[in-house]
Amino acid sequence: MRIDGKGLIDRTQSIPFVFDGVGYSGYSGDTLASALLANGVRLMGRSFKYHRPRGVLTAGSEEPNALVTVGAGAAQEPNVRATMQEIYPGLDAHSQNRWPSLNFDVMGINDLAAPFLGAGFYYKTFMWPKSFWEKLYEPVIRRAAGLGALSGQDNPDKYESAYAFCDLLIIGAGPAGLMAALVAGRAGADVILADENSRVGGRLLAESYEVDGKPGPVWVDEVLAELASMDNVRIMTRTTVAGAYDQGTFAALERVLHHTDRRPNGAPLETYWRIVAKRSVLAAGALERPVAFRNNDRPGIMTAGAVRAYLNRWGVRPGRNVTIFGNTDDIHRTARDLLDAGVHVAAVIDSRHDAPLSDDYEVLRGAQVCGTAGRKGLEAITVRRASGEDRIHTDCLAMTGGWNPSVHLTCHMNGRPTWRREIEAFVPTPDAVPGMITAGACNGSFSTFACLHEGISAAESSLSELGLKAPKVAVPEAEDTPYVISQLWAVPGKGRAWLDFQNDVTVKDVKQAATENFRSVEHVKRYTTQGMATDQGKNSNVAALAVLADATGRGIPETGTTTFRPPYAPIAIAALGAGAEGAGFKPQRFTTSHKATAARKAPMIEAGLWYRPSYFPKDGETTWRQSCDREVNMVRQTVGVCDVSTLGKIDIQGPDAGAFLDFVYTNMFSTLKVGRTRYGLMLREDGFVMDDGTTARLGETHYLMTTTTAAAGEVMKHLEFVHQGLRPDLDVSFTSVTEQWAQFAVAGPKSRELLNDLLDTPIDDESWPFMACGPISVLGVQGRLFRISFSGEHAYEIAVPARYGASLFDILTKKAEALGGGLYGMEALNVLRIEKGFITHSEIHGRTTAYDIGMGRMVSQKKDCIGKTMSERPGLEEPGRERLVGLKPIGESRELLAGAHLYKEEAEPVRTNDQGYVTSVCYSPTLETMLGVGFLADGPDRYGEVVKMVDHLRGVTTLCEVVNPVFFDPEGGRVRG
Amino acid sequence: MRITCPYCGERDRREFYYRGAAVDLDRPAPDADEAAWDDFVYQRENPAGPTRELWYHEGGCGAWIVVTRNTMTHEMIDVQLASEAQE
Amino acid sequence: MRFSGLRVLKEGLTGNKGWTPHWREPEPKSEYDIVIIGGGGHGLSTAYYLAKEYGLTNIAVLEKGYIGGGNIGRNTTIVRANYFLQGNSEFYSHSLKLWEGLEEDLNYNVMHSQRGIINLFHSDGQRDAAARRGNMMISQGDDAILLNRDELKKMVPYLNFDDLRFPLYGGLYHPRGGTARHDAVAWGYARGADQRGVDLIQNCEVTGIDIENGAVRGVQTSRGPIRAKKVAMVAAGRSGQVAAMAEMRLPIESHVLQAFVTEGLKPCIDHVVTFGMGHFYISQSDKGGLVFGGDLDFYASYAARGNLPTVESVMEAGMALMPMIGKARVLRSWGGIMDMSPDGSPIIDKTDIEGLYLNCGWNYGGFKAVPGSGNVFAHLIATDRYHENATGFRLDRFRTGRGIIDEEGKGSQHNLH
Repeated sequence: MRIDGKGLIDRTQSIPFVFDGVGYSGYSGDTLASALLANGVRLMGRSFKYHRPRGVLTAGSEEPNALVTVGAGAAQEPNVRATMQEIYPGLDAHSQNRWPSLNFDVMGINDLAAPFLGAGFYYKTFMWPKSFWEKLYEPVIRRAAGLGALSGQDNPDKYESAYAFCDLLIIGAGPAGLMAALVAGRAGADVILADENSRVGGRLLAESYEVDGKPGPVWVDEVLAELASMDNVRIMTRTTVAGAYDQGTFAALERVLHHTDRRPNGAPLETYWRIVAKRSVLAAGALERPVAFRNNDRPGIMTAGAVRAYLNRWGVRPGRNVTIFGNTDDIHRTARDLLDAGVHVAAVIDSRHDAPLSDDYEVLRGAQVCGTAGRKGLEAITVRRASGEDRIHTDCLAMTGGWNPSVHLTCHMNGRPTWRREIEAFVPTPDAVPGMITAGACNGSFSTFACLHEGISAAESSLSELGLKAPKVAVPEAEDTPYVISQLWAVPGKGRAWLDFQNDVTVKDVKQAATENFRSVEHVKRYTTQGMATDQGKNSNVAALAVLADATGRGIPETGTTTFRPPYAPIAIAALGAGAEGAGFKPQRFTTSHKATAARKAPMIEAGLWYRPSYFPKDGETTWRQSCDREVNMVRQTVGVCDVSTLGKIDIQGPDAGAFLDFVYTNMFSTLKVGRTRYGLMLREDGFVMDDGTTARLGETHYLMTTTTAAAGEVMKHLEFVHQGLRPDLDVSFTSVTEQWAQFAVAGPKSRELLNDLLDTPIDDESWPFMACGPISVLGVQGRLFRISFSGEHAYEIAVPARYGASLFDILTKKAEALGGGLYGMEALNVLRIEKGFITHSEIHGRTTAYDIGMGRMVSQKKDCIGKTMSERPGLEEPGRERLVGLKPIGESRELLAGAHLYKEEAEPVRTNDQGYVTSVCYSPTLETMLGVGFLADGPDRYGEVVKMVDHLRGVTTLCEVVNPVFFDPEGGRVRG
Repeated sequence: MRITCPYCGERDRREFYYRGAAVDLDRPAPDADEAAWDDFVYQRENPAGPTRELWYHEGGCGAWIVVTRNTMTHEMIDVQLASEAQE
Repeated sequence: MRFSGLRVLKEGLTGNKGWTPHWREPEPKSEYDIVIIGGGGHGLSTAYYLAKEYGLTNIAVLEKGYIGGGNIGRNTTIVRANYFLQGNSEFYSHSLKLWEGLEEDLNYNVMHSQRGIINLFHSDGQRDAAARRGNMMISQGDDAILLNRDELKKMVPYLNFDDLRFPLYGGLYHPRGGTARHDAVAWGYARGADQRGVDLIQNCEVTGIDIENGAVRGVQTSRGPIRAKKVAMVAAGRSGQVAAMAEMRLPIESHVLQAFVTEGLKPCIDHVVTFGMGHFYISQSDKGGLVFGGDLDFYASYAARGNLPTVESVMEAGMALMPMIGKARVLRSWGGIMDMSPDGSPIIDKTDIEGLYLNCGWNYGGFKAVPGSGNVFAHLIATDRYHENATGFRLDRFRTGRGIIDEEGKGSQHNLH
């Protein structure tokens, strides 16, 4: 089926490939579709609903029928367009959505049941009995639906994402795009020329035109050579510009390695590009429309443009006996090309009554194809004329219903296209995308000359907006035949005439939808699934809305289009999400003690983006509880060391720093003495608690704020906002120093003993009382020391510049161990804080107020602060609010569970009786019981009362005594001791 | 989407954090009435068209900026520093 | 016409010539008892329940475009009742019960599929929060199961159990959760309302609300004035503009939420799975497309389209959580306009204007609420009393601080819910 001497394929390179287990060979330059056609294979797929046998319809990415699965195993790729897949040695492709084989598909029975499966049938049935939907109907429907299959395994291929910037992005490298690139390139603009095909040239590769007196492909190669020689022009083939976004941003997908099985140096299969362009030219061409007539979906029926492409670009004879049907002069162009190549043309059916005649072939004027025969491959067509119907034997029908400009990208930013009557098609509405100019066929200008001309003028306009001077470039000589079309959407008659080939939507379906009063084009789409297939209606939407317009007595422009949405052609999730697998999903933050911690086999847990040790297992310990209990006892009895560097640290300086802190904290900080630290509570402006932490006054105009690990970023933003947005009059500035300082808690009765072993000047209670802070020298390194405690023990936090963190951690660890202490992790830290009733974000979870957590009195009445006014709303202070309490198990069950709810002892545990919930629990080795904190309606007024904790999920009910949340050392003697 | 920071020039939207309407700059007096505070914290003009809103150049210079932007078209109309934008 | 399998069979045998319009296309009358502004899911279900449960049928639903053209036509179709705060819990429970009888009630197959929803958690703290939620669901009478890692792996083995950046600890499984065919819900309610006499008026934009002496009198529309005793505003995505016609300001900021569907694939995801660490949720439609979404674009917008940073963050979450979907290709992306309220919960209330009612602020969650919202709003409009399952959605809760329903705990910044 290959024609000698024709085509742009390299016949010296024969390429073997496999389709459905059968070996074939093609040539370098072939697509899977062209190679299969050259091998006489017409049946390539099955339709979605009726499983009709289908062949290739088009020669581009809009192909609705010839979808195949490429490869096998983990990397298998479903729904690949055979028209876009270039062949390579060893290419292994399979047909899909058929069982057991493409030739014999059991689901083909659906085609016989078609009368019962029309538009929206499923909305009207499958309702009885109710439980059958999930059990029977839906599983059957799901199995029958779908196209190809994912492998179900992790995708082994590599993908990348990248950014590119340019002055001018030119989308499409046909005659218009090439001319635009030539002009802009010569002008010195930074140009990106992107085309989704494997080589530039567009329709010039598929037609037999001459440009500038040379064959089209020769002219293309000359232009390409000049562009390739320019450093300021980047040519991106196999790159589909898929979406237009705000401020000149475009999404594009480059199919880097789909045309080969080689993966040199871990190169990506695909690269997703974000292109930012100051200006853009859309030269995306046009897509040909099929015509709807009875059984117009047989393998062997193609668009006329596809027939010419297979003939001229790939040297493939699309049939032995070709017929041609349509409504423009393209059918005659097709006939001439076929005859020139020595292919027999059986008949040319021109729907126009005034069609041109030819000496070389018979033209049936004013005629229409009204039926076809040949289930798995076209055998004959029926032609209707005024004189009657004739049957013509043919194995290939080339059809055209005219061309649709590829307006898609111009509609991605809410633009709607404009109907142009003369060409019976939608064209872009000017300025629909800021900075974008349309040129050539996508603009409705179909002659080669017009494309070349508009390419030049689009470049000139863009250059002038970019402030660049355009060189004079003459329009090359080229054909400029006028485009004459008469309406031809659907041939009247009985039977099914396909509009949306893949989704099996026929003219009848659209008419039925209109009858059922689905008259809006959106309703028709949604009711019939018209245009929802993988081509997103590229082949069918305009014809479908013409049928709808006719059925509803409206014109096409009044009927309107559905919304064009990105992407222009589908993009793999792996490409758009490149790099996010495994650890790549979010940044990882490591403390300076990470390596030493890992060396001690501490399980690490995530804390925001940070990693922190859960506990430090010792030999003989088999459960986390054993390690945790030991670490808690260690801190209570000797000394423990814990890396607390992940807490946010914000350095605040300026003469107004104190006044500023008074405004962001509920309590006073301007009165804090230099060398002292204070606990602070921060509200959101809506009066709820945002965060807490200690802030140290290091100097008259210098404070250091600590935040919780989770809220560090939020607090930094907040401080900057309050300063820049609300109090720019205050002279203060903020720097995040979280990563600049390594900070370790040293907690327990022997904490000072440990520190004094390291500090260059020893401290005592007098020089360093509770809440003292200041500079210290530790083993010759200048650091900071804070006497603060999150455990209730006599404790410190010592900070050194991060570069000393690892070594200080090692030294602290050794010294602690020498004193009978050691490291403790997050589990022990959590137990220590619960024993003391200290809160974390489990309690300040965004719905609690200072009043709720028992800190109402921390909201200073002497001053204003962020959130104060709103915190005084009646609803935030009145009885009935759930407030912080401690809980101790007292009944038979001693188990407490975070997430359980609280009820009155005698109440049924249902929502209407809900009184609160448990936020944090632990086993306290100190008090030898489980402890819980939580929120209970009017909690602090109910100390001593017994409530019922119920966990439905885990089947636990525990009676608890409501107590003060400070379980251990309520007087606070240990912290000062 | 691209935003022009008064300090840094045109940058990708990824560098910025969005807060909401620029009404957040107009903090009422602490003793202003309930309605004034309700308007400030909760109620929004929410126009379909040009609106003034607060963005933070979080991945850049740390400036809070007031962007005038059209919510129908996403057109960027004007940018100024929040510290200079109070009305 | 009553729909049934038999009917489909009969029509199929007689050339499908007997199908009739799903709804009439009436001209607007000059006066109605009740005018509903907005022919989306909530407006249509409100009309349906007013007619069905209160016998009120002199009603017009005014829609500026086509019915079902708002967010009910552009969501990720998830139906669930897994809230944990009073106010939300009973409401969504009520709504789910209505879903469970919806096909029989409407005689329309909305393909409500109770395939189960799994909310993943990735830390002890998240598990505790999930437990709090699950316990509330059960105490409300709904279903919830706390899955540990092994149980989770049995149900959804394709998740990344090996090296996910935030490891899987388990999931909260809500078996009665699932999906539905979103457009069909709008059409089913529209057909049901129409059959009971409600006038559905498409291509009719409301341009003004007539108020005299503190009471509503009717509306001005692109198809002329219409008098009404009661007017209900149910125009999510345009709530602010509609309320402005009554000189009201709302605690709403409009944001774009994108969603995505892939090309059709053979069945590979049987549940709805949500990934809290990545703001990602996914299910597979009966047609085979993977339907998924993530977070807002985070800037105010009425453009119903988004930008690439959010597209990427959604895809990245998908790749992190379930690398097996990598080769699924995104076929279409779209954006809906969300009424973001300052506590993430809706408003269903009377207004200060007599006879004027408000239903808005559905944030992300409007689709699953469609039956419940219409049902309780109909109750409010018909009786002027709050439905027992919707006493918490008060417009004044922000002013008073009473009954703020902030599931996310993010406070008054609208886009954080």
